[in-house]
Amino acid sequence: MIEAERTADVRLEGVVKSFASAVALSGVDVRLPAGRFSVLLGPSGCGKSTLLRLIAGLDQPTEGRIWQGETRIDTLPPKARNLSMVFQSYALFPHLTVAENILFGLAVRRVPRAEQARRLDRVAGMMGLSALLGRKPAELSGGQQQRVALARAVISERPVCLMDEPLSNLDAKLRTEMRAEIRALQERLGLTMVYVTHDQVEAMTMADLIVVMNAGRIEQVAAPRDLYARPQTLFVAGFIGTPPMNLIPRAALPELQVPPATATVGIRPEDMATDGPGYRVAARVVGLEYLGADQLVALNLNGARVILRLAGQAGPPGEILTLTLPADRLHVFDAGGRRIDADHPDTSSHRVLHQEILHDPLLPHESGNRGPDRGTVATRLGRRS
Amino acid sequence: MLRREWLVALAFLAPALTLLFTFTHYPAIQTVIDSFWSTPRGRRPAAFVGTDNYARLLQDPIFVRAMVNNAIYAAITIPASILLALVMAMFVEGRIRGRALVRMAYFTPTVLPLIAVANIWLFFFLPGFGLLEQLRSLLGLSPRNWIGSPETALYGVSAVTVWSQAGFFMIFYLAALTTIPPSLREAAAIEGCSRWTFFRRVTWPLIMPTTLFVSVNATINAFRTVDHIFVMTEGGPNNASMLLLYYIYAQGFRFWDTAYAATLTVVMVAILALVGIGQFFLLDRRVHYR
Repeated sequence: MIEAERTADVRLEGVVKSFASAVALSGVDVRLPAGRFSVLLGPSGCGKSTLLRLIAGLDQPTEGRIWQGETRIDTLPPKARNLSMVFQSYALFPHLTVAENILFGLAVRRVPRAEQARRLDRVAGMMGLSALLGRKPAELSGGQQQRVALARAVISERPVCLMDEPLSNLDAKLRTEMRAEIRALQERLGLTMVYVTHDQVEAMTMADLIVVMNAGRIEQVAAPRDLYARPQTLFVAGFIGTPPMNLIPRAALPELQVPPATATVGIRPEDMATDGPGYRVAARVVGLEYLGADQLVALNLNGARVILRLAGQAGPPGEILTLTLPADRLHVFDAGGRRIDADHPDTSSHRVLHQEILHDPLLPHESGNRGPDRGTVATRLGRRS
Repeated sequence: MLRREWLVALAFLAPALTLLFTFTHYPAIQTVIDSFWSTPRGRRPAAFVGTDNYARLLQDPIFVRAMVNNAIYAAITIPASILLALVMAMFVEGRIRGRALVRMAYFTPTVLPLIAVANIWLFFFLPGFGLLEQLRSLLGLSPRNWIGSPETALYGVSAVTVWSQAGFFMIFYLAALTTIPPSLREAAAIEGCSRWTFFRRVTWPLIMPTTLFVSVNATINAFRTVDHIFVMTEGGPNNASMLLLYYIYAQGFRFWDTAYAATLTVVMVAILALVGIGQFFLLDRRVHYR
């Protein structure tokens, strides 16, 4: 494989996609780094698949530019973009054998037979398909079909690989296996992976970088641990985590010490405790889900419904619990749904920041090829990277 | 117990079976029997003549002419209808302005009775005034009597057949094309597959079952639909547009030579059966069924 091609990243600048009756993407700026596993995560209808199709060239953006390395690709047809794609439905040709399916692209591009055979041999071996090459897709299991689709992407030896919810048609066990397999493959080949999913477990387990999307906008771009530890918006806080973060109205916690602009206080179910240091508040137990290792206790906290995660061995809780909310575990959000950082130097500017961040890439730009410097954004994000 | 179930089943099947036997199977068998007997005339009853009727076939120049004509007619109408149907289906499958209208327009000839279609085409072919004549006169060409001259009559009626059945076949192709997932086209586009290559390597193999179905139907139609011959040429001029089924009709109901008509019918059924079975087994090996 050509080493120079492997370094291509994918950048989107001000990408807008409008359909006749709706706006699917409104101003997306993001950089998906070379050789890394990026996941586009969001609820259905958030525009993540549209974004992937724009990168693939299957749809054209209404506005904005898309770059692959130093090449502007949004004006190129799909075949001229140096990328491969795995579809949710696998898009295998039902009348062709596994070998013909895998070699389809090479045959179309008239790669010499000897080279086709050599590459097929290697990829089939890598994907464990060597014994199945003569079969038709209908004679394969879901997992095997998935592997064929992956093999077809891999054999093209293109540096960028796009995947649109590739695991959603598989059963839970197979999905876990394939997650590990796809991640291993990406690392082994150094692919720039762009992976669309609505499954946060997939995103958290596989990604180097998660791009959380909602309603056609990017909410946050961060590594999985940062995303979980420091959600930047209420949406991200309420989306990531199973069960998600408890989001409690400020009014329900009258004496809690928080910045004045605070509208919502968030705390993860496992961060609350029944003892130890922190803000103490009484809550009434309204429900219990026992999961074995854990139990999830539903509580009424001054009218707000919160979930507390307790260890499974702890035994059933009583009627009333005294909760402790450790100060360093609190996430505070303003009325606009934007995170307020206690350590942020200028809390009054967060409204402006809110506007900017939704429109701008959240990753720092090492190359500095992105026009005017957004000091505040870069500084605050620089800390996280 | 089993016996009882069989009886009940038979009782339910009886009405359909009765109709089927009375109007399909009995006449078919009777036709085969009749072909070995002479035609009863007046007080002279039918006599067993063995294969005399079949011997007469081979000596009959009009029968030979009808067979040759039918072969030409089939060779024109089958591929032309299929090709036209496929082209129309691919055209109206894409995103074009007024797609519903175009689809309806293409399908309209199928809804029209063939007799009405024949009358429309009579006007197209009308010497001196018809549509084709007007086009020819615009180009400064001399007038022609398309269906009145022996050289062109067969091609004239062939054109009518293609026009009237292509829209019907288009519907099947359209249905087949819409079952091909768009992701296949997208996957191929990313691989750098041209439209023609995609058609040749993906679309065509995937619509092969439809092609088989349509070609069997077109073949049957080539021997079966002769309504327009009645209106347009009556097999003429000088048997130039004589087709097998029309010849059967002429023998049976113009000349009342029913035994000879029965013989011709047996020949036609044999041809259709052979073609149908042949097509099925020949194409079946190259057809991918999902």
